[in-house]
Amino acid sequence: MLITRPRSSARQLKMTALHRKLLRDLLHMKGQAIAISLVIASGIAVFVMAVSAHEALTLTRSAYYDRYRFAEVFASMKRAPLTLADRIAQIPGVAQVEPRVVMDVTLDIEGLSEPAIGRMISIPADRRPGLNDVYLKEGRYIEPYHPNEVLVSDTFVEAHGLKPGDSFEAILNGNRQTLHIVGVALSPEYVLQIRPGEIIPDKKRFAIIWMDERELDSAFDMEGAFNNITLTLLRGTSEREVITRLDDLIEPYGGAGSHGRDEQLSARFLDDELKGLRANAIVSPTIFLSVAVFLLHVVITRVISTQREQIAALKAFGYTHWEVGLHYMQFVMVITTFGAIVGIAAGGWLGKAITGFYAEFYRFPEYLYRFDLRVVAIALSMSVIAAVIGTMSAVRQAVLLPPAEAMRPAPPAQFRETLMERLGLSRVFSASGRMIIRELERRPWKALMSTVGIAFAVAVLILGRFAVDAFDYMMDFQYFVTQRQDVSVTFVEPLSADSQFELQQLPGVLRSETYRAVGAKLRHEHRYRNVAILGLSDNRELYRLIDAREHQTKLPKNGLMLSDKLAEVLHVEVGDTLTVEVLEGERPTWEVPVEALIYEFQGTNAYMSRAALDDLLREEGSISGAYLRVDGTKLDTLYQQLKETPRVAGVLLKDAALEGFQETVAENQYIMQGFNTMFACIIAFGVVYNTARISLSERSREMGTLRVIGFTRLEVSSILLGELAVITLAAIPVGFGVGYLFAVALAKGFETELFRIPIVLSPETLAFAAGVTIIASVISGLIVRRQIDHMDLVSVLKQKE
Amino acid sequence: MSLSSDSVPALVQSPDTSVTVFATEDVTKVYEMGEVEVQALRGVDLELFEREFVVLLGPSGSGKSTLLNILGGLDMPTTGIVRYRDQEITAFDDAAMTRYRRDHVGFVFQFYNLIPSLTAKENVALVTEVALNPMEPEDALGLVGLADRVDHFPAQLSGGEQQRVAIARAIAKQPDVLLCDEPTGALDVHTGVVVLEVIDRINRELGTTTAVITHNAAISDMAHRVISMKDGRISDVRTNDERLSPEQLEW
Repeated sequence: MLITRPRSSARQLKMTALHRKLLRDLLHMKGQAIAISLVIASGIAVFVMAVSAHEALTLTRSAYYDRYRFAEVFASMKRAPLTLADRIAQIPGVAQVEPRVVMDVTLDIEGLSEPAIGRMISIPADRRPGLNDVYLKEGRYIEPYHPNEVLVSDTFVEAHGLKPGDSFEAILNGNRQTLHIVGVALSPEYVLQIRPGEIIPDKKRFAIIWMDERELDSAFDMEGAFNNITLTLLRGTSEREVITRLDDLIEPYGGAGSHGRDEQLSARFLDDELKGLRANAIVSPTIFLSVAVFLLHVVITRVISTQREQIAALKAFGYTHWEVGLHYMQFVMVITTFGAIVGIAAGGWLGKAITGFYAEFYRFPEYLYRFDLRVVAIALSMSVIAAVIGTMSAVRQAVLLPPAEAMRPAPPAQFRETLMERLGLSRVFSASGRMIIRELERRPWKALMSTVGIAFAVAVLILGRFAVDAFDYMMDFQYFVTQRQDVSVTFVEPLSADSQFELQQLPGVLRSETYRAVGAKLRHEHRYRNVAILGLSDNRELYRLIDAREHQTKLPKNGLMLSDKLAEVLHVEVGDTLTVEVLEGERPTWEVPVEALIYEFQGTNAYMSRAALDDLLREEGSISGAYLRVDGTKLDTLYQQLKETPRVAGVLLKDAALEGFQETVAENQYIMQGFNTMFACIIAFGVVYNTARISLSERSREMGTLRVIGFTRLEVSSILLGELAVITLAAIPVGFGVGYLFAVALAKGFETELFRIPIVLSPETLAFAAGVTIIASVISGLIVRRQIDHMDLVSVLKQKE
Repeated sequence: MSLSSDSVPALVQSPDTSVTVFATEDVTKVYEMGEVEVQALRGVDLELFEREFVVLLGPSGSGKSTLLNILGGLDMPTTGIVRYRDQEITAFDDAAMTRYRRDHVGFVFQFYNLIPSLTAKENVALVTEVALNPMEPEDALGLVGLADRVDHFPAQLSGGEQQRVAIARAIAKQPDVLLCDEPTGALDVHTGVVVLEVIDRINRELGTTTAVITHNAAISDMAHRVISMKDGRISDVRTNDERLSPEQLEW
């Protein structure tokens, strides 16, 4: 009656029993498994999204720069003869030079009461420019001998509803002229159209206008001359050396210092944006994946401890350490891989969407999006590494568990008199209350882990919204706390001190504060930056200097005050001396001590007292511009008058600047942060739900017993949910702290030379983080509650602990 | 070893005392349970022979489970030597111990230790998949009378059925030794008899050296030899001249 059958071949392709166990265990806890997968997916999605968008934009940018021959070195001067261009072309390493005339003019646009600035750039009419070519989006290129034909930058055209065939007026060298738009253009030189002296693009009040060089030359009496030159370099040339030689050559012609792409406003802005994306690609996924690591650790430790006896049995049957460890690692890997695949797919899709959005935003003529397999490989290895880190210790425990020991039931839980009892507070609490407190006190480590897990959830929610807070704060600080003027005016040439009174007489002007700004090269050892030194008078109400940390700052009497970022860039400290090469007028060179630093959010700025600056320049109160407080009802008249004033180079409105900021820097951040917030919500739910499920599975037998001895469903669930509530509430303040640290990490990642991000957490953000966490707790609690309600009492009690 | 109804005549096998399967020399075991030290074995010398059916009898805490775990390679003694045939298993490293369990030992646990997420057949397959010379899981389950329950999950089986699955799992690899820790401890009389019959048949028909732990003295009448334990020591060894079949036992 005992039968022998030929044994099936040793390793068939069918599923082994251990694989079936894996699959069924996963199905059994599918809710938790999916929640963990989604947490991993979120981290991976943010990573893939940010990295692939970063790569795509970098690629798109370099393709754009290459195809439209974006120059590498830029210089401007007052006026130089064309023969100088030939000498510049002979600097060793220079590949190509493009001399041209660039002039900022005032525009009068219908429907725009305030004056706008047009940057007129000369281009040949009979051929395309050799460098900084334009991409024609609409219309046609200018034709020779067609007077007043221009190409206009597309953002400006769009902002004013203009199209080829339309005309507008501009004041060229004092003469009002009508310019005809024949084409709408994009240029690699002005991917972002940032007005001179500003650091934020302005779509509405700043236009780039390309005009036939013959016409522009004659309008500004620049025949046979140029005031701006751009160059490309041969491969392997030292940009630094070329710049030094170029500076020497242009100096006699009023050269204002040459620079590379790193100081070209548009290129630099774009660069900073890409850096921000990079930071997002590193900081957020790291934080999200750390949370996933933690969650995996908690859940897998728990799974392994509930399967203690199963592990012992496997070992008793002769399964090796390796096989047992592999089994649990596979369990983790299924969850992880599923999460990674979902994350890669979502991240790839979002990355493409975001790249499209950025390309549209930056007006790239075309964009290249390539889903890089390397990114997939990195994302997969990151999730696998995260999973291994998270579960190694738990799996190790399973592997090292001595089989005989696992066979014995775990020693009974030790309950001691708790703090509550020692304090004699027992009577204050109900039986359920006492059970909650004893459980928390008895296993503080477990309670702590749960608290930390939920605190992470709170923290990622804070991180998701942090950038929005920071930018709001920064704008408020910049435009309402420090710079309180409504309008700022800059002049073409410095005016004499009497002009102060003329300004005061302009319609609607309530208060005016003038300043002197002088372009200079600040040099310290081999480091330098071209900046405008701002000379401010002592009696200021509008333009205030406020240290963002100290909240009060006084302009030193003699020396320079630098923004701390500029000091950092130049490697100087208070007490050091800077070489200041003035880039206008007599071009004197001074040695000036740095006497103070100011902590600012934007820009690399240098300030001096007006009197000290006047002394150095040997001037008496020359005015480069003014800050005005204006009666809002008279704005239109004021603008009209300013438009007619030829000496006015530019008018900047605070509202416009704010708008510009919102539309550029902030909008990008909001979109990115929107996704981060979405993922943060998923993570928060994943963490809280798992915490709730774990305590249910750990204590189902106890819950069953309570039900059997007559506790109602409500009473039983209130014990478990009460514990969850206590942990959630304890986790919220901890999460605020962790969130703050996350914000610091992200801000550090985003910091560039032009911007730094203040660490500000608004009450709304804290409330949002706490609120989402509480909602996640309530929902998880309800799910667990339903499971308690449907608990099969008999089978729960039959289970061996 | 092949498992066939006509290869060896049933009921004629007796222990071959010339072949020692297990030999222990002065085995002791001390556990640390938190701050308390528990002396589970206090010097055990024992021999088990080829084809022998031994019952280890004793009250709870007498050290019989500890002894069985040590014989089965689940635990190491604190001092003393244990030999399996000509190998000193107390000198084994972890990998060799795993190998030993995998290739030679069949375990039956008091609480079955079935994997709840696997069916009866899959629980057996768990062992046959790593064994050297296993039977088909269906055949093993047929031997314990569960041919019609192969696709049931543990939760769908009665206690006796679960224990029979555990036995099927232990014998499916055709082990050299079968070690059973209170196999009837959680069962009623009738089911207990069914389970013991299965174990008895394995020993008789396959000649598998078998050790069964029990605190139920009645069961000892079916053994070749009865080893009684008390306080971590062997207190008595008795040889049954005549063995009873399980249904003849009186509980």
